[in-house]
Amino acid sequence: MNTVQWIGGLLVFLGIPFFLLGTLGLLRFPDVYTRLHALAKADNVGLGLVCIGLGVQSGSVALLLKLILIWVLMLISSATVAGLIARTALARGLRPWGT
Amino acid sequence: MGVAGVIFDGLLALALVWLAWQATRAADLFHAVVSFIVFGLLMALAWVRLEAPDIALAEAAIGAGATGALLLSALDRLATRDGYHRVLYEPTTAWGFWIPAGGALLGGLTLAAWKLPAPGLGEEVLASLKLSGVDHPVTAVLLNFRALDTLLEIGVLLLAAVTIWSLGRAPSPLVPAMPSPALPALGRLLFPVFVLVAAYLLWRGSHAPGGAFPAGAVLGAGAILMLLAGARPWIRSSEHGPWRWILSLGLAMLLAAAVTGSLSGLAFFEYPRGAAGPMILLLEVAAGLSIALLLFALYLRGEPCEHGYREVGS
Repeated sequence: MNTVQWIGGLLVFLGIPFFLLGTLGLLRFPDVYTRLHALAKADNVGLGLVCIGLGVQSGSVALLLKLILIWVLMLISSATVAGLIARTALARGLRPWGT
Repeated sequence: MGVAGVIFDGLLALALVWLAWQATRAADLFHAVVSFIVFGLLMALAWVRLEAPDIALAEAAIGAGATGALLLSALDRLATRDGYHRVLYEPTTAWGFWIPAGGALLGGLTLAAWKLPAPGLGEEVLASLKLSGVDHPVTAVLLNFRALDTLLEIGVLLLAAVTIWSLGRAPSPLVPAMPSPALPALGRLLFPVFVLVAAYLLWRGSHAPGGAFPAGAVLGAGAILMLLAGARPWIRSSEHGPWRWILSLGLAMLLAAAVTGSLSGLAFFEYPRGAAGPMILLLEVAAGLSIALLLFALYLRGEPCEHGYREVGS
């Protein structure tokens, strides 16, 4: 394995803890708002690291750009969806934890 | 395939069985619908593992995406009890019948799979690929060798749309309980991307995984997103003239292609020599447009009408 592949592998490896922590937050946090906070933030950082890592590892600029595009689309949709879920929860009268 | 591959496939298979059980037996319908959507996504992953990316694309877009949206919006219109959609299952007592019957079905399917001809028809498809007019075996089968199957599939979709529209007028579309400015912005931002991806998949179908079904599903999903984001169908006339044309375009074109062969002395569904490539592209565009609009028509849950929507009592 050459240096580029090592760097790619390292980036993918760095992304895994974010997924684990995001999932831990989803399972352990007390209400829908804090759970959304964990998922929409941590998972997207993890996904970005994994996408960039795999793109670097592939050694192809076109593939790297495609994977980054996928990540950007995921960022946009996950931010919107998280906002919609939180607004719906608020409209149904779910009070944020601790208020 | 290494040990990691075997473990991954085993976990995937277990998760699929568990999700299928959850989707059919969960006491809360919302739980069941979410299980069904996740089942669709994992099923797409299973198709990828089986090296069938065409089916994976269609499964993710139609099985998880479009059907999921349809089920969730249907759920929203059902009456709830204490905020939950409860299903009361009658505990079955006929285990003496169901366990042997299920076992016999499983055994029969295993035997059928075991007896399938070992190399399949892949070799023969590849041998005739040059005659088909396209370079991708799946597209060659779907739109040339077995185009009749595609015709019937689109016919089934059209029949489903006609049935749903004949049940009554479309109810007013769902809107978020607390409107968010992000949703219309997302719709406006992403719709061009949906169109671009659909056109790309359609074009790609001639030489790589893609084609009319995934393209139509992506475009249909984009249209459903626009509807959820507050856009309103642009044709409200009571005749739905252009709607009807595009809805039946795919079926009409496939039928025309089939019958033209017969009338000009060729076999049923035989394309003229040398014209197969352009004909397949034309049929793919027509089928893709129809599939997109058919999925959207299914999602409307009724016939769109001129004077707004049917009011639904809560």
